[in-house]
Amino acid sequence: MASNERVERLTLADLRPDQQAEIVRIESQDAVFKRRLTSLGVVPGAPVVLDRSAPLGDPRIYTLMGSSLGLRNSEARNIQIHLK
Amino acid sequence: MTSPVIVALVGNPNAGATTLFNALTGAQEAVANYPRVTTEIASRDIVHRGIALRIVDVPGIYSISSQSPEEQAGCDYLHQQEPHLIVNILDAGRLDRSLFLTTQLIETGLKRVTVLNMVDEIERSGTSIDTGMLASALGSPVVETCGLRKKGIAELLDAIVDSVQAPAGAPVRLHYDSHLEQSIVRIQDHLARLHPRQMEPAHSRWLAIKLLEGDDRVIRAESDHAPLLEAVQKECADLAHEHDEDTATMLAAARFAFSHGLLREVRTQSSDPTAGFKLTRVLDDIFLNRSLGLPLLLGILWVMFQTTFSLGAVPTEWIKSGVAVITEYATATLPEGMVKDLLINGVLAGVGGTIVFLPNIIILFFFMAILSGTGYLARASFLMDRLMHHFGLHGTTLIPMVAGFGCNVPAVMATRIITNKRARLIAMLIAPFMNCSARLPIFILFAGAFFADIAGTVVFAMYMASIGAAMLSAVMLNRVIPGSGGDAFVMELPPYRLPTLHSVLHHMWDSAQGFVAKVTGVILVGSIVIWFLQEFPRDIAFSQDFDTAIAQLEEQPDSPEKDESLHILKATQAQEKLEKSYLGRVAITVSPVFQPLGFSWRDTAAILTGFVAKEVVVATYAVIYAQDKESEGLSETLRAAMPVSTAVAFMIFTLLYAPCLSTIAIIGRESKSWGWAGFSVGYSLAFAWALAMIASRVGDLFL
Ligand SMILES: Nc1nc2c(ncn2[C@@H]2O[C@H](COP(=O)(O)OP(=O)(O)O)[C@@H](O)[C@H]2O)c(=O)[nH]1
Ligand SMILES: [Mg+2]
Repeated sequence: MASNERVERLTLADLRPDQQAEIVRIESQDAVFKRRLTSLGVVPGAPVVLDRSAPLGDPRIYTLMGSSLGLRNSEARNIQIHLK
Repeated sequence: MTSPVIVALVGNPNAGATTLFNALTGAQEAVANYPRVTTEIASRDIVHRGIALRIVDVPGIYSISSQSPEEQAGCDYLHQQEPHLIVNILDAGRLDRSLFLTTQLIETGLKRVTVLNMVDEIERSGTSIDTGMLASALGSPVVETCGLRKKGIAELLDAIVDSVQAPAGAPVRLHYDSHLEQSIVRIQDHLARLHPRQMEPAHSRWLAIKLLEGDDRVIRAESDHAPLLEAVQKECADLAHEHDEDTATMLAAARFAFSHGLLREVRTQSSDPTAGFKLTRVLDDIFLNRSLGLPLLLGILWVMFQTTFSLGAVPTEWIKSGVAVITEYATATLPEGMVKDLLINGVLAGVGGTIVFLPNIIILFFFMAILSGTGYLARASFLMDRLMHHFGLHGTTLIPMVAGFGCNVPAVMATRIITNKRARLIAMLIAPFMNCSARLPIFILFAGAFFADIAGTVVFAMYMASIGAAMLSAVMLNRVIPGSGGDAFVMELPPYRLPTLHSVLHHMWDSAQGFVAKVTGVILVGSIVIWFLQEFPRDIAFSQDFDTAIAQLEEQPDSPEKDESLHILKATQAQEKLEKSYLGRVAITVSPVFQPLGFSWRDTAAILTGFVAKEVVVATYAVIYAQDKESEGLSETLRAAMPVSTAVAFMIFTLLYAPCLSTIAIIGRESKSWGWAGFSVGYSLAFAWALAMIASRVGDLFL
């Protein structure tokens, strides 16, 4: 199962403006960071779309659980998604 | 007298807790459209229907188990205090997210009142909530409010008192997936064995869930029960094995699933639920535009500065003439003597010279209130984050740095918007490097004296140097100051909102009060001390009898030669007096430190007095060289007194060395540590010395 996922591992940082996605998991060892994201609604199954990017392409704003969440790309790369 | 019933306002950051707190209690706490404004716990007693209530504004949290530094205060409060009633404030437009905290609050078993705040915003988008159904699902009364317009406040107060008086209702219970439930029961059994017959099932269920969630505070509280913690770890490992997911995430997903299901039942949305936030989308298309965003930010900051100084200049003139009138009056009426001298040259000069910045401060804070109240500040940090990140800074640090060009005192105060403690400390320590307006006269004087042809460019270069020094410091401090955090840019962007007049005025009033308190405190004392140091000791053994010589000269008939000699005589006397005053003696003692930089004892004296306020540096030179500071003479004297490379070193040094007394005081107050204020002084002195040294060596090579 793990190897299967690695083949087409997609993260929030790969999300394009026209795509709809769902959170799969947060792949971070940092428990504080993980809990912080979790409490903001970054949980498995949550639908997410890209709202917009900052002028230099980083950070980006996502719409999730009805609110706007700004995340750096380096952080978004830890959040695995799958497209819908 | 019975003690008041403790009512805690608990909600996500920016849900409107402080607005409701003010509406409920008539208090005037600061409100901003920016997540996490409340960092200290405010409370106030009121009486409603004969019941004494203590309303507590708990800083916003997203989760009870949060470990993020900015949510620390709120979480600690809920874990350490036992409020009698929780008023759970929900942003009605963000229920999907805010019900997460509610599911945790339900499990605490505390009495609750649920508030749907900001109903005005969802009404606009045609969304409605079935509050009756929501109330029975959450097991608490539900009140709709609009804190901004004080709507629903009376109903909320009634609901609070009703809940206080009513017996506890039947507890609501969230059901988890069967594996999770089994683990919870096993941990509950373990707890029951540890504390036989002491624990209510609801409480042990809560404890079990918190332990499985990995709540640090609860784990710490149970740390002497090693077998219990081992059992918890085993459950988590088993669950992780079975579900390929950590237990905290499983529990969180279940909570969100619960609120998702609940909202499907109670919420009726129009076809376009975001209709109410159309304006925000349009404004973001402009302000966050990929090509317009940054230029607009720069433009807004430029306008803010420009206005702060140009608009501030008018009332500043009024204050100046007011001070002049008082000085004149004092000069005319007071009897000659030490008291008069102290009042005029010490108190009035020092306090009067500083109070003139009051208009600038108020205007600056007007802009800050607008920026934070509308929600633009969050956007500005978002736009700048990438650039600032290169220097280990958070996007938010932009705001205090910008404020620092006006005055470092409001800059340090503005670091309050940075919620990570360490990031805020770093911002506080680099803010004094920003080239404040008090330093401008020094650079105008020196640039004019030594680089007359390119004076403007040199002054601008000093501004750039101040930014560079701040960035360089940020990189260094990030290495030295222990701890981490503040790196993550996880930030909610609130919708644009119109700040209320009341909150803007409140910001301005607050800043004005703080500034006046500072001027009448630190500056007053500092000015008096410096005056004494300059004036004493009185019984100086002069090298010649100046007074007699002057008196003799005065007797002679008027002539240009007489004026000239009188002037020289008086100047020499003043200089000698200064040299032998305490200030002069200290300067001469300290001056070896600055010898490598090429500074004389006079430069040292100017530097020393600059500790009080940087404005004093030029004034000190004027006194030392006994010249009018406006005259051409001072420039020439300075040019004769030091080589160009020393002048450059002096400019660099005065740009960076120790924050002025007021800034030191404010750093101490804001960081709640005199240690850090002291560090700021020591660090900036060392930094300034090193850079001035480099500048003077490089200058020797090229100039
Ligand atoms: N539209 C609207 N805005 C509100 C309401 N209550 C508060 N606000 C705004 O929401 C923002 C956050 O309020 P604040 O009280 O500081 O939230 P806190 O972080 O929970 O203390 C401010 O801009 C308030 O003016 C409301 O009922 N309706
Ligand atoms: Mg608040």
